[in-house]
Amino acid sequence: MKLFAPAAALCLLAMVSTSHAADPNLARNLAATCANCHGTNGNAVKGAGLDSLAGVPKDKTLQKLADFKSGDKPASIMHQIAKGYTDAQLDLIATYFAAQK
Amino acid sequence: MMLMKRRDFLKAGAAAGAMASLYGCAGGGKASGHVVVVGGGYGGATVAKYLRMWSEGGVQVTLIERNPTFISCPISNLVIGGTKTMEDITVSYDGLKNKWGIRVVQDDVVAVDGVKKTVTLKNGGAMSYDRLVLSPGVDFMWDEIPTLKSAEAQSKILHAWKAGPQTVALRKQLEDMNDGGVYAISIPKAPYRCPPGPYERACLVANYFKQHKPKSKVVILDANEDVQSKKPLFTKAWADLYKGIIEYRNNSEVKDVEVATNTAVLEFDKFKADVLNVVPPHRAGDIAHKSGIKLVNNRWVDINWLSMESTSTPGIHVIGDAIFPAPTMPKSGHMANQHGKLAAAAILNMLSGIEPNPEPVVMNTCYSFVDAKNVIHVASIHQYDAATKVVQPVKGAGGVSAARNELEGKVAIGWAKNIWADMLA
Repeated sequence: MKLFAPAAALCLLAMVSTSHAADPNLARNLAATCANCHGTNGNAVKGAGLDSLAGVPKDKTLQKLADFKSGDKPASIMHQIAKGYTDAQLDLIATYFAAQK
Repeated sequence: MMLMKRRDFLKAGAAAGAMASLYGCAGGGKASGHVVVVGGGYGGATVAKYLRMWSEGGVQVTLIERNPTFISCPISNLVIGGTKTMEDITVSYDGLKNKWGIRVVQDDVVAVDGVKKTVTLKNGGAMSYDRLVLSPGVDFMWDEIPTLKSAEAQSKILHAWKAGPQTVALRKQLEDMNDGGVYAISIPKAPYRCPPGPYERACLVANYFKQHKPKSKVVILDANEDVQSKKPLFTKAWADLYKGIIEYRNNSEVKDVEVATNTAVLEFDKFKADVLNVVPPHRAGDIAHKSGIKLVNNRWVDINWLSMESTSTPGIHVIGDAIFPAPTMPKSGHMANQHGKLAAAAILNMLSGIEPNPEPVVMNTCYSFVDAKNVIHVASIHQYDAATKVVQPVKGAGGVSAARNELEGKVAIGWAKNIWADMLA
């Protein structure tokens, strides 16, 4: 039973020390904000007219997002949405989708 | 390992166990426990699925929903306008049951005990939880329109602001109305569910009248000072497509009704319609009120934006239309789905003993039909701000359509198919 007190203390320490660190699932969580339109884990419903992002190479997705942000790629809505995320967040999102099947 | 003696194996096992308990609290452990979700709409269905998916089946999930199937509010105005059917907006809960292993119970929750961590069901019995998610949507404040408190009055003067039998009934009232009649829709003061929804409904009813009952009119009785969403795009649609059909009246709050004559009683005036559609003011779903959690203005649930957890009652998370919204955040199905994912991620962290993600993001997309094919959107992105402890809209991002267009009419249907799959498939 002696183990428990130090274990609890370590837990508290761990929680304090990690409170400002990035979440281990940050990329997953950010990518999930895209799933409403682009499908769970980037697998859009086939035939529904919206792009699947699963398995798309990271660079390709990032380039598209950069073009939406700059206005180089015309869009109905993505030019407005891409601007809502930081470049670091878009990198995490593109990396996550590239790794999905 | 192959040469390890049994005694050594046991020692190693004990060490691994101790490591696991430490590791568990530090964040590497697989989440386990039982989460009960109340309400299977856009928020509840999403949180249920994502808890199962992200925990790889480690967390048991029970979803309690009073209806046998999911019926979508978004797209339901097209049923009222006559270009879609109820079948088009109805989705089974079988995906959640069979693919994701969620126990779906058709019942109503009548009480919540946040101390004992139990919920009581209407059909009898109680259920215990490790964490509870309330996604109860809204219920109506009938006291604000006293005559509508009776069930009989409610069966004649419809809201159709929850998709289901009322959607069908309102469609029938419109079909039964003689050409030359007046359809009036009343809008409560903001905040209410789906800010552009009433204006979309006015367009789609006017679109039906234009084609089938051309002498008929649509009157919007808005309790607010002005159009609450996509104003330039809606007013342009009314002028271009429905001139002489749609009339907009601001500062026209419905205080009561006279049921026999379909009359709306306003502050200084009365308005008689042939089909009167009153959307009463609403508040967080009744179970939020019964559960004793902290509310803002006695209407909406006060939550912590890192976890969607009640600010007063640990272990109870609340998502969707029932919460006190962050600045500029609409009460929408899309947003409820985003709340569901935020809550699922936070709950899994908390069940594994780590803090919720310190930098959550949610976003909204909302498409409105102005006729059977043309659509206008509004979008926004909301990032957590540590200073205000609220998700704040990102300046310079989001916005509305440049003009109504048919391309977004197709995208809107694609959006519906994808979000329904994201929640339920």
